Amino acid sequence: MKLHEYQAKELFSTYGIPVPAEQLIENVESMDAIMLPFPWVLKAQVLVGGRGKAGGIKRTWNRAEAKELADTMFRQTIKGSPVRKILVAPSVPIEQEYYISLVLDRSHKAFALVASAEGGMEIEEVARTAPEKIYRRDIDPWRGLMPYEGRLAAKALGLSGARIMEFAQIAVALDRILVQEDAELVEINPLALTPAGLLALDAKIILDDSARFRQNRASNDEEATPLEQKAKSLGLAYVELEGCVAVIGCGAGLVMASLDVLNSMGAKPANFLDIGGGASAELMRQGLAIVLEKPGVRSVLINIFAGITRCDEVAKGIVDYGPQVPISVRMTGTNEELGIRLLHEHGYHAFHTMEEAASHAARLAREEVR
Amino acid sequence: MAILIHSDTRVIVQGITGHQGQFHARAMAANGTKVVAGVTPGKGGQFVDSIPVFDTVREAVESTGANAWVCFVPAAMAKDAAYEAIDHELNPIVIITEHIPIHDTVKILSLAANRKIRVVGPNTAGIFAPGHCKMGIMPAHIFRPGPIGLVSRSGTLTYEIVSQLSRHGFGQSTAVGLGGDPVVGLSFIEVLGLFEQDPETKAVVLIGEIGGSAEEEAARFIPGNITKPVFAYIAGRTAPTGKRMGHAGALISGTSGSAETKTKALAEAGVHIAQLPGELPHLVEQTLGGNEFR
Repeated sequence: MKLHEYQAKELFSTYGIPVPAEQLIENVESMDAIMLPFPWVLKAQVLVGGRGKAGGIKRTWNRAEAKELADTMFRQTIKGSPVRKILVAPSVPIEQEYYISLVLDRSHKAFALVASAEGGMEIEEVARTAPEKIYRRDIDPWRGLMPYEGRLAAKALGLSGARIMEFAQIAVALDRILVQEDAELVEINPLALTPAGLLALDAKIILDDSARFRQNRASNDEEATPLEQKAKSLGLAYVELEGCVAVIGCGAGLVMASLDVLNSMGAKPANFLDIGGGASAELMRQGLAIVLEKPGVRSVLINIFAGITRCDEVAKGIVDYGPQVPISVRMTGTNEELGIRLLHEHGYHAFHTMEEAASHAARLAREEVR
Repeated sequence: MAILIHSDTRVIVQGITGHQGQFHARAMAANGTKVVAGVTPGKGGQFVDSIPVFDTVREAVESTGANAWVCFVPAAMAKDAAYEAIDHELNPIVIITEHIPIHDTVKILSLAANRKIRVVGPNTAGIFAPGHCKMGIMPAHIFRPGPIGLVSRSGTLTYEIVSQLSRHGFGQSTAVGLGGDPVVGLSFIEVLGLFEQDPETKAVVLIGEIGGSAEEEAARFIPGNITKPVFAYIAGRTAPTGKRMGHAGALISGTSGSAETKTKALAEAGVHIAQLPGELPHLVEQTLGGNEFR
């Protein structure tokens, strides 16, 4: 789960990382009470990347203009995300912008400290154009990030004097957030060097959803569409796509392959739903309800390769739901005779291979258009 | 021969009295696997069919001479359970459990690496060597013994491809599920290396998916290290950027982790690429030709 900038900065404050004196607003009226010096920077609190280019960051020199800009921002969506909160930040004098993050290195199977003196731009861009400007170091999971490792990074970035210790303190605090909050990523970009010291001008934190059982935190997954959130609450992996063939299957890899096969036949998937292994009839019923709630679905591809799943359970879920949209079912594996018989009794055909079922689903979607 | 496991592997099932543990312990035993013990704290002294249940891994090892471990416990208990298995030097350990917190997995893998213990998973369907041993949840009836080694990041997609291979007469030496999480124990590289040395394996099928760079790393490893033919399919060619496609690890971030870059890297390494899973058996047939592979 990705946190908003203002939420991440609240955590930064709690852990002693310096952040600017900013104010969070939810309406234009509350801007009258803001006492920050001008110019202000208005930052839309949305989770999509690249909000600056999409009009989500505006600088202004007076209150009247600030209110106008905020009003527009509140009415607007940034890459599809509504703006519910705006962070009002004072402009700070910046001598240099740095980058620091603690990020999972999948191939090293460890978290790594990544830092650069090229702050303020996409780190992927730096990695591509000037990899020598990126400092990285694995973090030992047993002892955590030590202050001296932060100092090494600071030196590598060209910091000097008291700034070295400041940087190291921030690095250590980030590591405490990473571990204590069960985060997958903590990032400051830019980390600004100002006359008053280092300051986190932006903040990005992604929390590990799998750690929810021990973190006692609310889910506010605003990045997900309403249907994605609904599926998540049922424990289903659902992703919204742009086409018109809904896709349900058991197992992530098989559903991904189903999308590939559909696409190769010129049919665009409307969504991706993995009902997992061992799904009950009830779960299948709920899954169908979710994929069909998306407007514009013209056919459904159901791809079941049953290992621990039972085909008769899945078939029962389909029959119970009785979809109004034409479906194409592929069913093989555990209890397939029972499942296919049940489908036949209710007028549904089941294919033996994924390719046959996908081709039929694509045809059904085309016929619906006419 | 098979890789990682063999007919003499003596398996402990952790969480054997739970719904999944019980079901799969029976399935493994029915397949000829030596499931010698189960462990569920508090349930010591019970039996699942004829498999004795112990309170601790120590008792299970001392009583049965077990040497491998497969885990079905819930995510919240998995770290503790895995440490217990590693401390008793069981090898390999196979972690079926899904949704283990990433910081727990990092520590489990670090501890295991220090002790030179191989970890398969988490979030894996396990390992299956048809005719020898099964540690995991793969449906045995679709497999048949043969010369193809399989290594994959996905469970059900492995079943799909195995059943197609079997239908075309190509049996399997060992199938290894690496797991769908962002960080897992064994990688494509290590398993490819094991298949290269396994006399029973004549060719390898690699099933990858979007996210991470494990396939690219395999592509760098193959030239010079793998002399056997390698075939690959990468799932998620049409997946959008920034969305987790079911597996926690199946995520394209920015420009990295896409099926396109993975496919390209593997093709340049001389791997035979199937654009769709259904093409794999034909590709294997065209390349290997003769019947000695069946």
